[in-house]
Amino acid sequence: MSLLDICEWLAETPWSIALHESLYVYPLVETAHVLSLLLFVGSIIFIDLRLLGATLREAPVTEVTSRILPWTFAGFAVAVVSGALLFYAIPVRTFLSIFFRIKMLLLFISGINVLLLHRFLNRTADSWDTTARPPLRARVAGAVSLAAWALVIVMGRMIAYDWFDCDHQPQSDFVNWAAGCPLE
Amino acid sequence: MTLYDVFDWLEQTPIGEAIRGSSWLFPVVEAAHLVGLALLGGALLLVDLRLLGFGLKDRSPAYLVAQLRPWLLAALALMFATGIPLFLSEAIKCQASTAFQVKMCALALGLVYTFCVRNRLAERLPESHVWRARALGAISLTLWFTVAAAGRWIGFS
Repeated sequence: MSLLDICEWLAETPWSIALHESLYVYPLVETAHVLSLLLFVGSIIFIDLRLLGATLREAPVTEVTSRILPWTFAGFAVAVVSGALLFYAIPVRTFLSIFFRIKMLLLFISGINVLLLHRFLNRTADSWDTTARPPLRARVAGAVSLAAWALVIVMGRMIAYDWFDCDHQPQSDFVNWAAGCPLE
Repeated sequence: MTLYDVFDWLEQTPIGEAIRGSSWLFPVVEAAHLVGLALLGGALLLVDLRLLGFGLKDRSPAYLVAQLRPWLLAALALMFATGIPLFLSEAIKCQASTAFQVKMCALALGLVYTFCVRNRLAERLPESHVWRARALGAISLTLWFTVAAAGRWIGFS
């Protein structure tokens, strides 16, 4: 059973159809997903800017992360739950969207970046916590995070557009491969 | 000349024409508008959360207002630079949209409130005035979430 089979099965479930066809619930879930950006990505941006030494330079890095991260997680929870519901409403088309796939890849890269940064902070932050401009490795992590999240937002918005949809053939071989289009 | 004529004239500007004539320009400008939303959200929320007694509690509200002001202004600049072209591409649709009207009213209130009331009071409010600080933060959150939610709703109308 492939992932595509699972998506096709999801699409047949009554709740998926109800969500897809609802007049207000789907737009409300989408609005919650967009608004979660304000808290989720908004808070990450300022942790990243602190890592770059661009703002809040008088506050220790670990103070900024420990005070802000609980809010980041709260925003993340709203984004994941609303995002999962949006996927559940339109599973097959979303699974076969090249933008959705790039977005998931960027989320994975962001996750790795956070893990590496977390380890680096645990090991070395004591020695540079209060410096206005953190060491290169921390600044790189901040820059990677800023770029990845900006692209996540752009890719997320592009899922709504159908230029590269599998049922709009012909597409280039690259698009058909990357989007996993089931061709005969 | 009626208000409709004004929106009709705005719809005809070259910027609006260019966006309508392209299949990818609207999505790209819209995506940049959303990146600006994230920056705007962070720059507003860190101050509002502090006023409510959360987040960067070890720093004074005055410090946060001063530190975040350039980022708030940068976010607003990006929002206007992308939002105005989006509006010009569909001015007549916006003119008839309740969501657009709500957004513009909340936006005007939000801008005046943030720069004339919240920031000024946050800079000199004594630490003992806990509930006044909370009210300042809560009003800001309400106004700006209305702006963002109504903005999303323009697309559904």
